[in-house]
Amino acid sequence: MKTVKRTVGIAFLALVTVAFVSCKDGNKDHDNSDGHHDNEASAPMSSEMHQEGDTDVNKDMATNEGQDAKAEIILKDYFNLKDALVADDSDKAHTLGTTLVASLKDFDSAAYSKGQQEELNDILVDAIEHAEHISESPMEHQREHFKILSKDVIDMVAITGTATKLYEQFCPMYDGGSAWLSTNKEVRNPYYGSSMLKCGKVQREIN
Amino acid sequence: MRIVKIIVIVLLVAFVGIQFIPTTRNQSETVPQSDFMQVHRVPEAIQEKLQTSCYDCHSNNTQYPWYNKIQPVAWFLEDHIKEGKAELNFNEWDSLSSRRKASKLRSIIKQIESGEMPLDSYTIIHKDAEFSEEEAENMINWITRLKDSL
Repeated sequence: MKTVKRTVGIAFLALVTVAFVSCKDGNKDHDNSDGHHDNEASAPMSSEMHQEGDTDVNKDMATNEGQDAKAEIILKDYFNLKDALVADDSDKAHTLGTTLVASLKDFDSAAYSKGQQEELNDILVDAIEHAEHISESPMEHQREHFKILSKDVIDMVAITGTATKLYEQFCPMYDGGSAWLSTNKEVRNPYYGSSMLKCGKVQREIN
Repeated sequence: MRIVKIIVIVLLVAFVGIQFIPTTRNQSETVPQSDFMQVHRVPEAIQEKLQTSCYDCHSNNTQYPWYNKIQPVAWFLEDHIKEGKAELNFNEWDSLSSRRKASKLRSIIKQIESGEMPLDSYTIIHKDAEFSEEEAENMINWITRLKDSL
């Protein structure tokens, strides 16, 4: 009797384990039904992951103000992110990276010419990817991605323009020379933060 | 003692059981025109290294040695491939703009430089995927030149 009970118990447990595991796999199959071209299938995952965060403020400001307003919001979020890096605040940069992803996604290039649209969309896709990485990486990586993000934002401003006076600053030491944008003429280095706060120079003024 | 025996038996049964659950294999017969190696002239040594160290998770075609077909290793791998391809798919390289290409190449360099790629969990069973110091240097130099020529 004892052995029967035990056998039944074992069989039951095994069944539960298999059932549990197959459920897990079943779900997986759904979002990856087409194994060979699943680039599209995996893409939405990353956007979902970055949905949370305080984007409400931006949304409110962005309503019905046209293209430039949205570019200005991107810039504002970029500057906040830059300031977090200047302050060596990785956690804050995580949050602000997420905020920037949202404002980049919110940008709509419809009002620009065809050629500009293409360029802008290209810039935005790239910038979104780097902002996403910033939202989930340690400080060192955040700064690496900030370098490319800065290039993207500089190129974006070249097309969209901005109402604010900006300074393109340059640090020759970081990664073979790296640029960034600031609203302040005084150099505060986002690539080194406190360890070399004032390294760099203004290389160009915008507006 | 009895409980240990039971647990062992349960695990064994479960292990056998999960082998029957099908997984999606990341395999493709053809190499598309948009593949990295079709688009650029890649030296043979670099090609080989990319194939062994990167293409399993960053292309549409994974080499499956026997242990990769066993659960739960296969699931673990499946997840990594999905993530890897979303980040970078060498087979679809040419669908990226020059800006995106340069951006990806820069990331590849950083990943190899910092030793983050290939993943430790991958090289632990794929010893040949590891980069020797010399291999890393050659790869980084070549990719840097490619990036600058874009």
